[in-house]
Amino acid sequence: MEREDLLILYRHMLLIRRFEEKSAEMYALAKIAGFLHLYIGEEAVAVGAITDLRPDDYVISAYRDHGHCLAKGSDPDKVMAELFGKATGLCRGKGGSMHLVDAPRHFMGGYAIVGGHLPLATGLAFAVKYQKRDQVVLCFFGEGAVPSGQAHEAFNLAALWSLPVIFVCENNRYAMGTPVQHGIALYSDVAETARSYGIAAERVDGMDVLAVRALTHRVVENVRSKPAPFFVEAMTYRFMGHSMADPAHGHYRTKEEVERERSRDPLVVLRQTMLNSRLGTEADFKQLEQEVGEAVAKAVRFADESPFPERPSLYEDVYVE
Amino acid sequence: MLITYREALNQAMRDEMQRDERVFLIGEEVGYYQGAFKVSKGFVETFGPQRVLDTPITEAGFTGLAIGAAMAGLRPIVELMTFNFGILALDQIVNNAAKIRYMSGGQLSIPIVIRGPGSAAHQLAAQHSQSLEAWFCHVPGLKVIAPATPHDAKGLLKSAVRDDNPVIFIEAQLLYGTKGEVEDGEYTIPIGQAEITRPGADVTIVAYSKMQLLAMEAAEVLAQEGIQAEVIDPRTLKPLDSETICTSVRKTGRLVIVEEGWPFAGLGAQIAETVYANTFDYLDAPIVRVTGEEVPMPYARPLEDAAIPDRARVITAVKQVLGTS
Repeated sequence: MEREDLLILYRHMLLIRRFEEKSAEMYALAKIAGFLHLYIGEEAVAVGAITDLRPDDYVISAYRDHGHCLAKGSDPDKVMAELFGKATGLCRGKGGSMHLVDAPRHFMGGYAIVGGHLPLATGLAFAVKYQKRDQVVLCFFGEGAVPSGQAHEAFNLAALWSLPVIFVCENNRYAMGTPVQHGIALYSDVAETARSYGIAAERVDGMDVLAVRALTHRVVENVRSKPAPFFVEAMTYRFMGHSMADPAHGHYRTKEEVERERSRDPLVVLRQTMLNSRLGTEADFKQLEQEVGEAVAKAVRFADESPFPERPSLYEDVYVE
Repeated sequence: MLITYREALNQAMRDEMQRDERVFLIGEEVGYYQGAFKVSKGFVETFGPQRVLDTPITEAGFTGLAIGAAMAGLRPIVELMTFNFGILALDQIVNNAAKIRYMSGGQLSIPIVIRGPGSAAHQLAAQHSQSLEAWFCHVPGLKVIAPATPHDAKGLLKSAVRDDNPVIFIEAQLLYGTKGEVEDGEYTIPIGQAEITRPGADVTIVAYSKMQLLAMEAAEVLAQEGIQAEVIDPRTLKPLDSETICTSVRKTGRLVIVEEGWPFAGLGAQIAETVYANTFDYLDAPIVRVTGEEVPMPYARPLEDAAIPDRARVITAVKQVLGTS
């Protein structure tokens, strides 16, 4: 890849990282409330898979959705304002952290019932095929969704009707606090679940943005030219707790394990690759750090200064009038 | 033109699919089997398997798929073989179809119709004999329709397909073969508009779906005894046309509500609350509800008969509210 492309990937990941860190700070200051599930550690999956898509391709995600939304190009100001519950947020403050939607960018939402959005993804793909278009749908979910009935129903329908949907399983090894080996019978090869429906599947190192990018680039082109579902198992790790209610390591995993995984930090991995191959310099990273820092600070300022929704909006958007 | 309720639904869907390429039909056995109750007879032959989709027995999966397709601009009609099986799709209906517009701050809409038979048929036992309309009416974001006649079924289904919101359209197995006059050609019936199906001055009877037919029979018998009942069919359960109901009660001063579902937290409780809140000073007697019994539906015929409202119970209720029993 060219130097410019690598810098763009790094910048996307850095934006998500700093955005999420700032969100955690804002949560501690009670500027953000409710559930807040941070994507820190998993940035390479969203960025590797999404940034290569066409603007009209669809992305849909679960409740840990900030990273996917930002990678699809949403304005950080509006995303932060949504987390603050402000009228200027993406969803006018109605959705919050778990339900970001940016329809013009075809980011079709974050959904908080585990497994429940996989059928929606197959439906988006069905609409693409029905209308004889050539978009693809990227559907992100944790490995905790894989054993759910709705996921299986979605896999079957997608395979049965050859729908252009790429299921991206972010295997961070814990469904909240339940380790994968306690939740999935085929835990050593989660992708096997999809293969049992005739869906082609591959595992990828989800901490290596270049590997994710290479795989999804190939898969997206294939799915676009010949519609059929595909399953990506991205091996990743969440550095923070399940949500802000949960300490970084918790009782279900050790501090040592979290520290060990942090050595695979996707930002560190890409940065090292770029430095080693002389496609990036310390000055580049310093500059990106400054740019992104300013963008996140601006997002917080925007969110903080924005008004809360007015009372009448409570009753708006329930029905199309 | 005298046609069956089944044919009326068939005509409505046929018209709408011919009118709008974005409309498609999806569900179990809707295609080559011609519909479990033959509502989609001839559809796959006319519109092809791309627009008439037979699905596996996976209500959550195909209802969710249809909701996703609606998010992307299509206008699906989902046929649930019965609403009992729709319970498997409840997460999709309640958490996705009903809420996506609100959660997205109005960016997305879900123009979808989810239709099929509710309520009891004959001796199908507990898991196939339920009236679940109150569940759906409880959820903001859904509209709920339960027509009683072929005329209403056709006009309201066409309106439902054209509506930009998720619409739950509840039919009844025992209504499919009933016949009624349906005008030729194009017409629609507005969602949210009740109909006075029989005028009268002594007592108001509100009843929907199958129970509307029962109410009309009871009114006929009562008329022979000199009691003039005004019968109202809400047709749409949500949004409820409370104005038509309240106007009638202000005139008659007495109200009987007939529903097949369970009494506790049933739809009749909601209608009664609406009427009490708006017409309390006009009421001459407490509202009387005729409902199904608070039991799972039994199989044995005498027990099943005892569990479902019948004409005699409606007549008794009317006499009770009139103080003549």
